[in-house]
Amino acid sequence: MEKFSGKIWVLGDDIDTDIIIPTEYLALKTVNDMAPYAFSPLRPELAGQVKPGDIIVAGKNFGCGSSREQAPEIIKALGIKAVIAKSFARIFFRNSINNGLLLIENDKLRDVVSEGDEITVTLNESIEYNGNKYEIAALPDNLMDIINAGGLVKAMRKLNGLD
Amino acid sequence: MGMTIAEKIIAAAAKVNEVKPGDIHTVELDRLMSNDGTTHLTIDMYNKLKNPKIADVNKLVWIVDHNVPCDSVKTAASHKKMRDFAKENGITFYEGAGVCHQIMMENHVTSGELIFGADSHTCAYGAVGAFGTGVGCTDYLYAMVTGTSWVLVPETLRFNLTGKLREGVYARDLILTIIGMIGANGANYAAMEFGGEGLHTIDMSGRIAICNLCVEAGAKTALMEVDDVALNYLREHGREPKHVFLPDEDAKYAKVYNIDLSTINPIVAKPHFVDSVVDAKECVGTHIDEAFLGSCNNGRIEDLRAGAAIIKGKKVHPLVRFLVVPASKAVYEQALEEGLLQIFVEAGAIVMNPNCSVCWGSCQGVIGENEVLISTGTRNFKGRAGHKDSFVYLASAQTVTASAIKGEIATADMV
Repeated sequence: MEKFSGKIWVLGDDIDTDIIIPTEYLALKTVNDMAPYAFSPLRPELAGQVKPGDIIVAGKNFGCGSSREQAPEIIKALGIKAVIAKSFARIFFRNSINNGLLLIENDKLRDVVSEGDEITVTLNESIEYNGNKYEIAALPDNLMDIINAGGLVKAMRKLNGLD
Repeated sequence: MGMTIAEKIIAAAAKVNEVKPGDIHTVELDRLMSNDGTTHLTIDMYNKLKNPKIADVNKLVWIVDHNVPCDSVKTAASHKKMRDFAKENGITFYEGAGVCHQIMMENHVTSGELIFGADSHTCAYGAVGAFGTGVGCTDYLYAMVTGTSWVLVPETLRFNLTGKLREGVYARDLILTIIGMIGANGANYAAMEFGGEGLHTIDMSGRIAICNLCVEAGAKTALMEVDDVALNYLREHGREPKHVFLPDEDAKYAKVYNIDLSTINPIVAKPHFVDSVVDAKECVGTHIDEAFLGSCNNGRIEDLRAGAAIIKGKKVHPLVRFLVVPASKAVYEQALEEGLLQIFVEAGAIVMNPNCSVCWGSCQGVIGENEVLISTGTRNFKGRAGHKDSFVYLASAQTVTASAIKGEIATADMV
């Protein structure tokens, strides 16, 4: 199973889509233009300091609110490898899969980690932190195929032999 | 085994006899709504597909409502993309005619349908017994080109309503109470089903307000038992139900809530969470800078009548901007005819064209640093209505109007 490690950013409960990308920046041309403003109402420094491969660890109901698909796209554009949360809002969950952003549900990790710590994820098996293992559920193969392709449209293009 | 309304609609759309929570089914969709929030992204992706084709153009409804009229060259470009594509492909298209969900309720939705909308508040359609659910633009694109999608059958939470809301208490107060009770993810992935004799006492406008806000509890959809009130609404708008699905007596619910409507009080949701609800009396006296009466939640004729009745002969507080935004052209015309807009204008309100307005924090009435808005909009997230350090309180049309007069949060009985 694929394994990866990363530095974590820790966020709270109910991180909504207006926090992830405020309305005023949605008119910008591309998600790369919007990415510097990700999480700005709550953590204005985060987007500037995040490094590719970093991981977000959050509380319950991550991604609640609007259906704006720019939300998962921007998190991906920042180079975030995965979001681990106690739970995800459902529209955000589907949008993330459709854009190839890996989401992992775990209700224990958030309460024991500190920002800047490093964790190791073994995909579909467990998360290692501070010598402890936290089990995670496996995503079905069809969803993993979409994530690995980089999203639903890319998966369809691959299926149709376009890429 | 008995089924809930949500399960029956999915079973019919999947052409199977029975479904149960946790099953995944491919379903045929009845209608596909998209607005200017993300349609330009859908079009960009559509153009990247191999020989793209719309499965059934008659199912598509596209509505420009989030930035109307355009506030920048950038949004003008995204509207043009949407307008041109709609014209070229023969897609039903509205612009400047109101907020998408109100237009859908007035013109398109009917009982028993399964509808995807590229907007989270699509769950409003449950007011007439339609399964509406919000999706992103990629799911929308897939549905647009295939006519189908996959759905996970949700568990259902049942809300049995009894009694009647007291004078001065509204549907808006009821749904905010429920969200406060179950929490912002209390219905995550689930359907919220409403029935019971108390439902018959709530008018269509109130029912739409209730279903519309269910996504703020995380719900996948909201569904109300169709009764004469709903059937009359459909017929008045020239439509017949596709199917009327009522829950079986032995339907299985994840949880059942019994709510006596007479126990509900005027409610305010405090910044920055919709489930942060308190009795409106606890917020009385809180300073406000702006008040907003409008949105797909509370911009219907009933809301404007309620506001006008309170403000008639009075004035908006001199330090408050009071925005009044009818939810659709039909509502606007009705309000004109009834003289309601004149009452608002004479009182000093700013009456705007039908659109999403400050509810989504763009285009109109955005608030500045440290400013406070009391709103009938859908959300009070941090920064939702403008500056990241601003504050939104959610309340009923009556509480919002009373607050606009007082210059601080007030209930209708105080003005």
